[in-house]
Amino acid sequence: MDSTITFQLNGQSRTVTTDPERPLLQVLREEFQLTGTKYGCGEGDCRACTVLVDGRSIASCLTPISRVDKQTVQTIEGLATGDKLHPVQEAFLAENAFQCGYCTPGLIMGVVALLNEIPRPTEADIQTRLQRHLCRCCGYPNILKAVRRAAGRSTR
Amino acid sequence: MDPSPLDTQTATNDLDEPTERVGYDFGLNRRAFVQVLGAGLAITASPLPALGQQRGGGRASDQVRNVAARIHIGKDGVVTVMCGKVEIGQGARAELTQAAAEELRVPVGRIQMVLADTGLVPDDGNTAGSRTTPSTVPLIRKAAAAARNLLVEVAAQRWGVDRGTVEVRDGKVIHALSNRTLSYAELADGEDVTKAFAQALPPDVTVAAVKEWKVLGTSLPRPNARDLVTGAHQFPSDIQRPDMLYGKVLRAPAYSAKLVSIDLAPAKAMKDVIAVQDGQFVGVVAPSTLRAEQALDAIAKTAKWETTPHPSSQKLFDHLRENVQGGMPKNPFADELASASKKLRQTYHVPYVQHAPMETRAAVAEWKDGKLTVWSGTQNPFGYRGELERAFRLTSDEIRVIVPDIGGGFGGKHSGEAAIEAARLAKAADKPVSLKWTREEEFIWAYFRPAALIEAEATLDEKGALTSWHFINVNSGGSAVETPYRVGKRQSRFLSSNAPLRQGSYRTLAATANNFARESFMDELAAAAGADPLNFRLAHLEDDRPETKRLRAVLEEAAKRFNWRERVKRKDRDIGVGLACGTEKGSYVAACVEIAIDRAKNNYTVRHVCEVFECGAVLNPANLVAQVQGAIIMGLGPALREEMRFENGKMQNASFDEYLVPRFADVPELDIHLLDRPDLPSVGGGETPIIAVAPALANAIFRATGTPVREMPIRLPGSKPA
Repeated sequence: MDSTITFQLNGQSRTVTTDPERPLLQVLREEFQLTGTKYGCGEGDCRACTVLVDGRSIASCLTPISRVDKQTVQTIEGLATGDKLHPVQEAFLAENAFQCGYCTPGLIMGVVALLNEIPRPTEADIQTRLQRHLCRCCGYPNILKAVRRAAGRSTR
Repeated sequence: MDPSPLDTQTATNDLDEPTERVGYDFGLNRRAFVQVLGAGLAITASPLPALGQQRGGGRASDQVRNVAARIHIGKDGVVTVMCGKVEIGQGARAELTQAAAEELRVPVGRIQMVLADTGLVPDDGNTAGSRTTPSTVPLIRKAAAAARNLLVEVAAQRWGVDRGTVEVRDGKVIHALSNRTLSYAELADGEDVTKAFAQALPPDVTVAAVKEWKVLGTSLPRPNARDLVTGAHQFPSDIQRPDMLYGKVLRAPAYSAKLVSIDLAPAKAMKDVIAVQDGQFVGVVAPSTLRAEQALDAIAKTAKWETTPHPSSQKLFDHLRENVQGGMPKNPFADELASASKKLRQTYHVPYVQHAPMETRAAVAEWKDGKLTVWSGTQNPFGYRGELERAFRLTSDEIRVIVPDIGGGFGGKHSGEAAIEAARLAKAADKPVSLKWTREEEFIWAYFRPAALIEAEATLDEKGALTSWHFINVNSGGSAVETPYRVGKRQSRFLSSNAPLRQGSYRTLAATANNFARESFMDELAAAAGADPLNFRLAHLEDDRPETKRLRAVLEEAAKRFNWRERVKRKDRDIGVGLACGTEKGSYVAACVEIAIDRAKNNYTVRHVCEVFECGAVLNPANLVAQVQGAIIMGLGPALREEMRFENGKMQNASFDEYLVPRFADVPELDIHLLDRPDLPSVGGGETPIIAVAPALANAIFRATGTPVREMPIRLPGSKPA
């Protein structure tokens, strides 16, 4: 049986009638054409699908749409303000923290969540959080630089 | 040591990119024989010949007959450059943009690079074999330089002045004597330029010398970087079309299983679901991925399969040995073996590994008036088009393959099965269909890097010099199978076997396995000779060939930067250092590695990797460093943990949870140094930096434990798989 779910998506109220077990990832991509959020594994092992629900990072591939009813969802498309990039996006751009770039949106959202929770993360905080994310290009050194840059900026 | 001539011809089967293609045939006249390896995956019986290694520049050089095929100058001054290569994350878009900007003398922001759309661009071959830098960049530079020369000529004609008095700066043609200027945009508006661009490309065009470079040699970031951080870039799996539906394909429960029967009724009973069977191919189409998954599950339960025995990964190396083409050859150097002061013979094993790019195989297919357009993630757009032609009995002008910058490849995306499947489903649905392989499908049904069984035997004289070398690679390929060292008599060969899994290309393909075996063996030989591993290598790299000097240079530089001679003397039983070097695709690499052993846990960590890399004149230093970093860390995966396990035709670790690729915590201290050689032609740098890390790590374990390493993944003596 389909359910009707209403949630805030990138600042706008949205309603969708669908199978309540349908993954948020599929709803974002197939109902709202928000393809910045990526499928990587469907099992929460790579975090390419990371979005924010009420400011905290979740794996949208494992999150049933019913879980975000009346919640606030933010995706990579909702991060910049007009032409002004979010500081984490700026940091990734400044450090060229991507090769193919497929893991980039999920990583950026994961780092935004980290800085929401811990504005001044230690190196260990950063390492622990990033350990969830996969980059098969193994562009980890530049990603680490970008996260450190973003973390530094957030302390100012 | 005396340089000795080759007494035996080296026989290397040149199968650099032996990717097995899926032999789908959805044309009217089904071919009689298609070897079936599972529903949805029928594989042609023998590998097709190399597509990726078109020596001398690929097909484009034959095809591009004029400037207009490459370069279009818009009235707004935007220069559109067309190229058949794919951006996989290796940096082709930046490098090709630099090449065009350099020769046209326009700011990089003015270049719009159109890549990998078979409807628009010339066929520049497969994006493989590190060929973009040595083959395609020169083609773009020559076309851009020819375009600039034509623009100068046209301007000189319009002004009635000698072309020698005209110069080009910043996208403008300038005649200083008369104070006249024409922008490219103004020039391009005229018939005379259109005519000039349609003329045959001149055979010899002078391009800028390295010392004149203003754009090449700089670290231009990826031109579409902003779209990556905003999520605006549409990868192939992100393409949306009006009325698009979502597809799923039935996969066999095991390798070699054959579909006997299936009932499509449960899927057909579902709202808005289309189910299709075409021989062994079974798929469904639905308005959402979830519905398609549910429909597929419903019919999968009704499927009956016939399975056949399949070798397990436990017995893999016995299986490869038993099925060597022509049998395992004997060492022909009987005299050297008889007279050797010392001789060694060892066997090396490298298992199957998967590429596992972040973006799985994906395609959107759309039919219109009998013509097919496919957006898909491939490194090989024109090869893909060829596969679609064969599968649907179409001609090349009836198919357009578009490859938006893709989510990783690593040699894993040369074949067109996802596009063919999407096109078959789209045909059944009569609507555009998006098909995205799941991670599990990607792990099981994408082709693998071939496993390697390698046998090496060598002899030493009383001075510790190598006198003969016999090296046999079974199954994995001929890349870098030949030793770069002076070894006396030598024979190095690649022999095929009966591969149990579908196999194909991978970043440097067999060079990783061959270099792992060779460089690990070199350390065992050094130990037998009582020599330091660095000294032993240098002693066998003493001739005057440029290749030898280049390899020696990276090895010496890495040893110096790592402080090898001091660190090798330190007496700490829990710390090991190792080194390795190698050459492939015209570039040179050496690495030194330090590991720390935890005796209580019987495991180790890689603490420090120092790598020196040389690939001629460097085109984009920051991108090259990123490629070297990525290659080292990616190379640590199969060195530390990655191996595909299978039994009874079933993959046993087909997920990121069980097949452990490198993560952030695996990143060691990295010390990377590029040896720039502006005096030498540029060659590709995205692959070869991967080949030194595994053997350097193996040699560090050997040094620390006294037990030689002969298998990947590399484990401590007595330790269990991760």
